[in-house]
Amino acid sequence: MRVALLSLAAAMLLLAGLVPAARAQEAGHVKVVKGTVQIDRGGQQLPATVGAAVQSGDVVTTGADGSVGITFLDNSLLSAGPNSVLVIDRFAFDTTTHQGAFESSLQKGTLAVVSGKLAKASPDAMKVKTPAAVLGVRGTEFLVRTGDGKE
Amino acid sequence: MTRAVSLRRLAGLASLGLLLLAGCAKPARNDLYVLLPGQDGHAPGALTVESGGKQATLDQPYEAARVKEPGNVEPGTVTPEQVQQAFGPALAAQPPRPVSFILYFLENRDELTPEARPILTQIIAEISRYPAPEIVVIGHTDRVGTLARNDALSLQRAGRMRDELVKAGVDPARIRVEGRGEREPLVPTADEVAEPRNRRVEINIR
Repeated sequence: MRVALLSLAAAMLLLAGLVPAARAQEAGHVKVVKGTVQIDRGGQQLPATVGAAVQSGDVVTTGADGSVGITFLDNSLLSAGPNSVLVIDRFAFDTTTHQGAFESSLQKGTLAVVSGKLAKASPDAMKVKTPAAVLGVRGTEFLVRTGDGKE
Repeated sequence: MTRAVSLRRLAGLASLGLLLLAGCAKPARNDLYVLLPGQDGHAPGALTVESGGKQATLDQPYEAARVKEPGNVEPGTVTPEQVQQAFGPALAAQPPRPVSFILYFLENRDELTPEARPILTQIIAEISRYPAPEIVVIGHTDRVGTLARNDALSLQRAGRMRDELVKAGVDPARIRVEGRGEREPLVPTADEVAEPRNRRVEINIR
């Protein structure tokens, strides 16, 4: 019995880990593009054009002349300035209950954020990380700059 | 001659040393986190900045936190000018904010009230401001009539609005239509109550 329970638990853990990864999650759409902007999806470089979809796992990079604005499915707005690397770690949004999670990381550069329905529905749903800090969002607009001291 | 060279070499070494020192004195990071005022005078929410076990909460407009190395969170404030200087391009790339409109309908019909007509014109103008617009049109009814009839009527109302938008030149592929019947009243009522504010179509644009 205990073995059966354990293997059931293991199977559930496996499923919990595998299912979201197996299904590509559409998270939002590119609305504004200036200069050089690229989307890296699983090692594949995609051009960031107005209307292009952004998914969980995507890495959005802007060049020295670049900036990009993305509208997410929960109405969150994220826009990055030049020389930025933004990772969409996780986006899940239930359009009926407004529950879910939105985690992103700014590895370097600048980012402007207007939080959306996820942060409004539950204060812990939205997190923005940088190499030095974790930001918790309570329904708000804010700015993030991160980089080493040389920049 | 040799003396001059060695002096110059010494001077060179000294300036190299100064450079190295300057390098060390420079902060490891130049992280800056800023809470902005809410749009349209809305109170800003709050932002917590956590770094290496230290935490700061920003809850006033233009309140800021600087992190020069992990675990060193310096609270402070910035001016709107400093914000523009540091974040100008990121702010300029912000997509237009999502908006939502409500259009009211005549009882038991898919015709707009006369007051709602100009709002439809306004919505059409608004859509043109949005790059790659995503439009969701959601129909609703009041609670007069059966659930099934109201489901159909709500879809019919939403469909009429979609047709109006398409006629005005909006790409139909950008419009999603939904009908909620009497299930999501704006004003909760008992069944079979005629309530004009529940006879509506909601149009969301982002």
